[in-house]
Amino acid sequence: MNTSIEIPVVMLDEKPVSITGCRHHFPLLHEQVNGKPLVYLDNAATSQKPQVVIDTMMRYYQSENSNIHRGVHYLSERATQAYEKARDKVREFLNAAYREEIIYVRGTTEGINLVAQSYGRTNVKDGDEVLISAMEHHSNIVPWQMLCEEKGATLRVIPMNDAGELLLDEYEKLLTAKTRIVAVSHVSNALGTVNPIKHMIALAHQKGIPVLVDGAQAVPHMNVDVRDLECDFYIFSSHKVFGPTGVGVVYGRKRMLEAMPPYQGGGDMIKSVTFEKTIYNDLPYKFEAGTPNIAGGLGLGAAIDYVQKLDLKAIGEYEHDLLVYATEKLLVIPGLRLIGTAKEKAAVLSFVIEGIHPHDIGTILDAEGIAIRTGHHCAQPVMQRFGVPATARASFAFYNTKEEVDALVKAIYKVKEILG
Amino acid sequence: MSLLRELYQETILDHNKSPRNFRKMDNATRKVEGYNPLCGDHYTIYVKLDGEVITDVAFDGAGCAISKASASVMTSMLKGKTKMDAERLFRDFHKLVKGELDSTDELDRFGKLAAFAGVSEFPARVKCASLAWHTLHAALESKDGSGTSVTTE
Repeated sequence: MNTSIEIPVVMLDEKPVSITGCRHHFPLLHEQVNGKPLVYLDNAATSQKPQVVIDTMMRYYQSENSNIHRGVHYLSERATQAYEKARDKVREFLNAAYREEIIYVRGTTEGINLVAQSYGRTNVKDGDEVLISAMEHHSNIVPWQMLCEEKGATLRVIPMNDAGELLLDEYEKLLTAKTRIVAVSHVSNALGTVNPIKHMIALAHQKGIPVLVDGAQAVPHMNVDVRDLECDFYIFSSHKVFGPTGVGVVYGRKRMLEAMPPYQGGGDMIKSVTFEKTIYNDLPYKFEAGTPNIAGGLGLGAAIDYVQKLDLKAIGEYEHDLLVYATEKLLVIPGLRLIGTAKEKAAVLSFVIEGIHPHDIGTILDAEGIAIRTGHHCAQPVMQRFGVPATARASFAFYNTKEEVDALVKAIYKVKEILG
Repeated sequence: MSLLRELYQETILDHNKSPRNFRKMDNATRKVEGYNPLCGDHYTIYVKLDGEVITDVAFDGAGCAISKASASVMTSMLKGKTKMDAERLFRDFHKLVKGELDSTDELDRFGKLAAFAGVSEFPARVKCASLAWHTLHAALESKDGSGTSVTTE
């Protein structure tokens, strides 16, 4: 068994730092829970925040707070500049071609709703089909279901195998002349599967079908290049990538976004308004009605600066080693079954233990200071596919350590001792 | 650890492992499904009534240790009781798991239900403990032969 994990060293502000040494940047990781040091393994639900993100948001409220885009005064100018600069950081982070392609939203859920309501309602008609996959989060199911119901369209689902990998042959068959859009996750939140989205996008494009990628679980773990992927929409949430909650991003190809009607009406998304006619604003503002989450945008910018300094490639490799180590350790526990055993996986371990409900596992682990998620992970169809009511899920970030995996394993034996 | 032991008491572990009255009932007067979407706990409670008296009660389904033990203990206490007795027990149980006992309440008064007092320290688990009772309540309120369902959301 692999018992040692190489901890990569990255350059941070021109100083070498080991990746796990970066734990010190995250104040919450040093808290105690139930009298035990916190072992935070619920990163797929939300990540912890480095001090630099917290400081950025606090500084905004303490010395820059004002509304953006309309003020002529000093503070408003400054806040506008900072907010727009964060947009440039997001553009660079995703390697999008134009800053106009980066639209701020509240999170991945709102982003998918934006595309479903704006692109979907314009392009999906009676008898058409929308194609999603069997491993989607509810946020990439329900908006499409609502659209299909309204339009008389049909929701089609790419099936997966017992390992939690999409069946690409079936996928190809499901791409038909009726398909108006494919909406698929980059990484599954419940299973950890990394989908071959570049290939899937290419297949859809051969038939002229646009593809939306739910990137919520991918961006904290890997470099995402929307031009390399050639996706039409890529959506993620700030809070999963060490930024604040309440802000997320829709990347959309410029020519698609230009052709789409606004999602919400209100201030900021207009050029001029009369009672007879409103002229909409240019991209990206056309999709950004109302005062946005300014502090959130700045916090996201700080988070992106942070992870880019750390090097997402090194992060991905380290997390993979952690995943391999944890998988080996968990698989020797009698009665434990992993849900999601794809060849390509992000650092997510969903599991069940024979005769013990995940909720009880979660409670006992919590008493040991270990935070995991239990339940259906907003992916009830995934639970139905694997015939389980729920799973326990440990999900890792780069700041997690081998010792924390050991603590998890030890606590699972305790669960078995109490309830086995 | 002591809080955990308070939660997972012997009575609860025992009823989780060997649930009482854990069966389908074909000739039930009332049958109601209870579902906790948060954790996927899912039970059906069957009640046979003779007028106001519960002559038989059973359950089946799946869920966590707390929800299953709660359903099992509940069914083991209800045979021969009236609907009004059952509602009184439900109120007692609710007080226990919410930690809302009166200063004069003695734990002994609650009999087997006292095993669930530890749940009050785990607010996330109150729904698990209460699911069977809410479902029973719906069964007793429903019309004969009806198959309604309740959720704890």
